[in-house]
Amino acid sequence: MTTPHRLPGRLPSGGRVDRSAPLRFSYDGVQYTGLRGDTLASALLANGVPGAAPSLHRRRPRGIATAGVEEPNALVQLDGPCSEPMQLATTVELYDGLTATSLSGLGRLDPAPDGSGYDKMHVHTDVLVVGGGPAGLAAALAAGRSGARVVLVDDQPELGGSLLCDREEIDGAPGLDWVHAVRTELSAQPDTRILSRSTATGYYDHNYLLVAERRTDHLGPHPVPGVSRQRLWHLRARRVVLATGSHERPIVFAGNDLPGVMSAAAVRSYVNRYAVLPGRRAVVLTTNDHAYATALALVAAGAEVPALVDTRPEPPTGLVEAARRAGIEVRCGSAVVGTRGDARITAVRIAALDADDAITGPVRELPCDLLAVSGGWSPAVQLWSQSQGTLRYDEALAAFVPDRAAQQVDSVGAARGVLDLGGCLDDGFAAGARAADLAGFPVSVPATPPHSGEAPPSRPRPVWIVPGEEGEPGDWQEHFVDLQRDATVADVQRAVRAGMRSVEHIKRYTTIGTAHDQGKASGVASTGVIARLLGARSPGEVGTTTFRGPYVPLSFALLAGRERGRLFDPVRTTAIHPWHVEHGARFENVGQWKRPRYYPQPGEDLEAAVLRECRAAREGVAVMDASTLGKIDVIGPDAGAFLNRVYTNGFARLAVGSARYGVMCRPDGMVFDDGVTLRLAEGHYIMTTTTGNAAAVLDWLEEWLQTEWPELRVRVTSVTEQWATVAVVGPGSRAVVTALAPDLDVSNDAFPFMTARETRLASGVPARICRISFSGELAFEINVASWYGLATWESVVRAGAPYGITPYGTEAMHVLRAEKGYPIVGQDTDGTVTPQDLGMEWVVSKQKDFLGRRSFRRPDTARGDRRQLVGLLPVDPAVLLPEGAQLVASADVAAPTRALGHVTSSYRSAALGRTFALALVAGGRERLGETVYAPLPGGVIAATVTDSVLYDPKGTRRDA
Amino acid sequence: MLLIACPWCGEREELEFHYGGQAHVPYPADPSALSDAEWGEYLFVRDNPKGPFAERWSHAAGCRRWFDVVRHTVTHEILAVQGVRPVAADQPRPVITP
Repeated sequence: MTTPHRLPGRLPSGGRVDRSAPLRFSYDGVQYTGLRGDTLASALLANGVPGAAPSLHRRRPRGIATAGVEEPNALVQLDGPCSEPMQLATTVELYDGLTATSLSGLGRLDPAPDGSGYDKMHVHTDVLVVGGGPAGLAAALAAGRSGARVVLVDDQPELGGSLLCDREEIDGAPGLDWVHAVRTELSAQPDTRILSRSTATGYYDHNYLLVAERRTDHLGPHPVPGVSRQRLWHLRARRVVLATGSHERPIVFAGNDLPGVMSAAAVRSYVNRYAVLPGRRAVVLTTNDHAYATALALVAAGAEVPALVDTRPEPPTGLVEAARRAGIEVRCGSAVVGTRGDARITAVRIAALDADDAITGPVRELPCDLLAVSGGWSPAVQLWSQSQGTLRYDEALAAFVPDRAAQQVDSVGAARGVLDLGGCLDDGFAAGARAADLAGFPVSVPATPPHSGEAPPSRPRPVWIVPGEEGEPGDWQEHFVDLQRDATVADVQRAVRAGMRSVEHIKRYTTIGTAHDQGKASGVASTGVIARLLGARSPGEVGTTTFRGPYVPLSFALLAGRERGRLFDPVRTTAIHPWHVEHGARFENVGQWKRPRYYPQPGEDLEAAVLRECRAAREGVAVMDASTLGKIDVIGPDAGAFLNRVYTNGFARLAVGSARYGVMCRPDGMVFDDGVTLRLAEGHYIMTTTTGNAAAVLDWLEEWLQTEWPELRVRVTSVTEQWATVAVVGPGSRAVVTALAPDLDVSNDAFPFMTARETRLASGVPARICRISFSGELAFEINVASWYGLATWESVVRAGAPYGITPYGTEAMHVLRAEKGYPIVGQDTDGTVTPQDLGMEWVVSKQKDFLGRRSFRRPDTARGDRRQLVGLLPVDPAVLLPEGAQLVASADVAAPTRALGHVTSSYRSAALGRTFALALVAGGRERLGETVYAPLPGGVIAATVTDSVLYDPKGTRRDA
Repeated sequence: MLLIACPWCGEREELEFHYGGQAHVPYPADPSALSDAEWGEYLFVRDNPKGPFAERWSHAAGCRRWFDVVRHTVTHEILAVQGVRPVAADQPRPVITP
């Protein structure tokens, strides 16, 4: 292991690294050391490691190309209790013991559970500033002085943005002194919040932004007790200031992907911020002013810079002279047209370009181990575009810049193409004050302090494609446009030759811009290449592809937050649930409810248990927890009139104390819900709904009452959870209820079917007992206040013990109801089924109007060949039809053919001693006795169409 | 996600609300008097403008009241909000229009 101060690439002084804090780390199995303050990338470069895996498709050697989120190459997987894929070496802060493996484009999801905490915060603010560089700091300072609530979001561990990398002065002192003063003032403001290590990743409607905060990632991979690892901030801001900066573009030339080809700004960042020299002998290639600072920084750090290649024939004299004074040869009107090197760059080939970007004159080769490239600046307009703000192409800047805002937002500084420090400070102060003002906190614009730096930079000369020394664009397979996707000028040319003109089509054809980096650095360069190959005058004619969130990759664990495992979705249980658990019930989810599906006895599977439970209900006595059925109190003098409008059948004249089954339709005539409604008093009904539809039915009733029939004096209230319901079913049920409710006369004459009685149970618990049956058997439903639910259930089980009372679950319930042809809304119906299709003309009133009635006269609803509910008996009584199986008319029909319908419910019946099914079949009631066929992968199942009521068609058993 | 000003509760996140489609599509006074085409129009046909659109929302996870909103379908800007107040049967319902 080398000691940190002797690392080949580490400068002896300077930078924002802590030389007293050496950190050990491993990369691809090799041990290295770095310093606190390093990123993984800067530490690798300090150790002379190129820092990237070979490219995904072509296995070409690649190296670290940038110093930030725009990095296309340096992907790593971080080891830990739950390893993290697809991390960028350029944004991973180094910690002691960090273990990383380089990735060629694809990470590996760790199947181990993630033991770290993730949480969310929801915050409303007056002003949100995104970006902690000079413009963002100025905006936050101006806004914060107004007293407005301000949130400043910055993705780095420390504020400062470009001031961390550039040697600028503000107020006669180093720029970072000013940053420190601003931070101190902001921190003292009671309503200002600074979020560091936080990336704004999405900008949605009504100024709603998502910010991902990395709280403990820099401390290592292990969960920190009491602290969430990452936090997702949901921010709603009255005004937003986007100070997101800009990304330096690459230049497209032959061999531009070799390790050692790096963004010029990144080189400056490595030298000045991290005290790392990424090369000893560097050539600089630029289209603009900014890379001159890189050349000078390299020289100041002790590197040799034999040449600075500027595409502009006449760069600003001041810059050229400063470079020459530092011993750098400036080659004007030229470009790097090729590189040499296998594992990394060893030389560049330089040639002059004419006004049409064609190579003129001889090509000269110059040895080097680093090529610093500046293709100009692309404002980071991702969030702006997500906010639906428009872009325009600025010819003078050769960049897409924000144009018209679509929300309450301003873009400032480099994010809108302002590239000088003074301009950024002016911009930030003005926008911060404006944002506070518009949010209701008037404040004056602070004066911009004196600062270093030139006036706005001079005009760049973009060269979108540096020609190859040989061949045509179609041949240029080493002119890389998107490094991560290994896409080249030749690939774009192929797309153009295939006839594509839209940048969106070319993106999808070539996959340019679709990798983890979403083309942050290369996007505009790609547009430039496409414009050249299409013969467009400027990239502005081509435009950009759509920017979508998230701006940086996010982990699903962060998006999930605490809503995973038990907290993923609320779990609803009935009052009787503990008994079910204690007695070994297997549960199924019905909506959010846990319902017992069956109660297996030792050695029983589902099938055996269900046959036993069904037999008990048909031959003895069985008990089911029906508490989950939706229950709605409908109260008011107009309750009867209201129910008459929402149910297809009449309820206004239902006698007090009686119950009636009803069907609800949408106005289009399709069945929406069903259930039994009981009239408790003149103006008080209690409606039951299907378990899964309870909330939707309540919504439906409220909607009609509020929006269409406000004149009806009716109130509806969900009472589902206030009542526990115990269904006692079977020929033995009367004896059990007699024992349970000694005051009640349970004879058929005194207590007929579809009536209810209020009584007091032997236990003293007040109860409402109804004679309702969903099985066709004699049955009683005992309703008690839910806090008596468990005790009442237990007393039923005790009272039933002498009769062998058997608890049954939803599966047996389904079989019992299907044997009677009772449909389940949502299983035997699907929103295209009318009551008539279900064979329920009897439930559709001829006298009154109701929702859906008009639709029964629509030609489509009145068709004779509509799918109708029928029973099916498989010809082989042992064969079970799968639910969902399509049905056809002939055993040997060839696909494609029109299905007659499909199986909706299918079971084994203890009572019938065979399998049976319910199905929706076209013109089904005309087909009774016919055979239909279900062609299935394992063969064709034949079944006979029957009436849907297969058990006790005369209905004699309910009064047994 | 929209920030919707419920007329009774104030500004709340969109996820507290249910969307109710186009506003001012009243249930016909006498459906039986309508032709199949007219009834089909009521059932199935709604406007889909690019621009201001009067629509219904209910504050499902709040006060559970229905109200009308005029929303710009391109920018999602909410231009007006109006509660649907219970009124007597013979009075016209309050109506907001783009």
